[in-house]
Amino acid sequence: MINLKYFYKGIVCSKKIDSPAIALGMSFIAIGALLRNLGFTIQESIFSTFLTYALPGSLVMAESMLIGVSLLNIFLAVWLVNSRLYPMTVSLMPLLMHKNQPRWKYYLSCHFVAVSSWLILKNNYEEIEKEYRIDFWFGIGTATWLIAIFSTVLGYYSADYLNKDMMMGLSIVNPIYFMCAMIGIMKTIQLSSAIILGAILGPAFYFISPEWCILIGGIIAGTIAFFIGEKNV
Amino acid sequence: MFSYIILAILVTSLATYSSRFLGVLTSEKINEDSKIYRWFNCLAYSTLAALISRMIFFPAGILAESEYFIRFMVIFISIIIFYLTKKNLVYPTLFSAIILFFLNSYFV
Repeated sequence: MINLKYFYKGIVCSKKIDSPAIALGMSFIAIGALLRNLGFTIQESIFSTFLTYALPGSLVMAESMLIGVSLLNIFLAVWLVNSRLYPMTVSLMPLLMHKNQPRWKYYLSCHFVAVSSWLILKNNYEEIEKEYRIDFWFGIGTATWLIAIFSTVLGYYSADYLNKDMMMGLSIVNPIYFMCAMIGIMKTIQLSSAIILGAILGPAFYFISPEWCILIGGIIAGTIAFFIGEKNV
Repeated sequence: MFSYIILAILVTSLATYSSRFLGVLTSEKINEDSKIYRWFNCLAYSTLAALISRMIFFPAGILAESEYFIRFMVIFISIIIFYLTKKNLVYPTLFSAIILFFLNSYFV
């Protein structure tokens, strides 16, 4: 089934001191508090993080419910903001694919694809033999996923003690952490241009369409960066 | 029957899982040394950067209530801390929350 040695390695890897797990935990505390204020029960809040496990998606869901839009509109809004998970999964799974591993592992573990787990894998996969990377990934995914669920519970119960300014502080942690992590990753021309162009074009397209800006800005920026990188190899 | 909340959760998770599922399906045919893999890799980083930068410029939820000026000051200070601490990720992250909390409590 799952090779426990590599599974544990994945868990340990997620608990390093500068792991994205910190940003993940703090932002899911904010989500837990937000869901409570929206009128979710504790079971529903856990269920939500358990099944979705993607921060921007949960935020969009919460915002949509606040306005009271239809389920179809929630689906579309969440799909648009989480469509980034598609290229993220495609840029991750080929690193883990091995002919000796059963397919179900990939279709089950793709649920763990989120920014933090993705970054942990991208930074550490080279040390792991290819055959067992999927088990390593299961470890990372399980650890980060459990942190998210635990933080949701913590946020839910501490909602009464968090004032507006504290919630605001918790909400900025996520973008700041990943902004710094992205700056840290900019090592090749291809990656640097993908990140810089994405950061510029994403908000730029917001003026044309707030819903589609991440998708359109990301695709154009990524494609330009790809060609810049290929020319400079 | 199911409540609006339960249905919203199910719809959200379905919309989220669909992108992940399609990602694995596509990956079955992609080799990690290929050009198309490198293109997808660029797309992954650029959409992520687009998302993060959108969260900062046009935030959703409670962060939208913070002042532009304060938000940019927090970002600026965080980047400086990031470089001063030799690219440590913990310090800028923790300080960003604290700085925003204080600036917002005392200057607004």
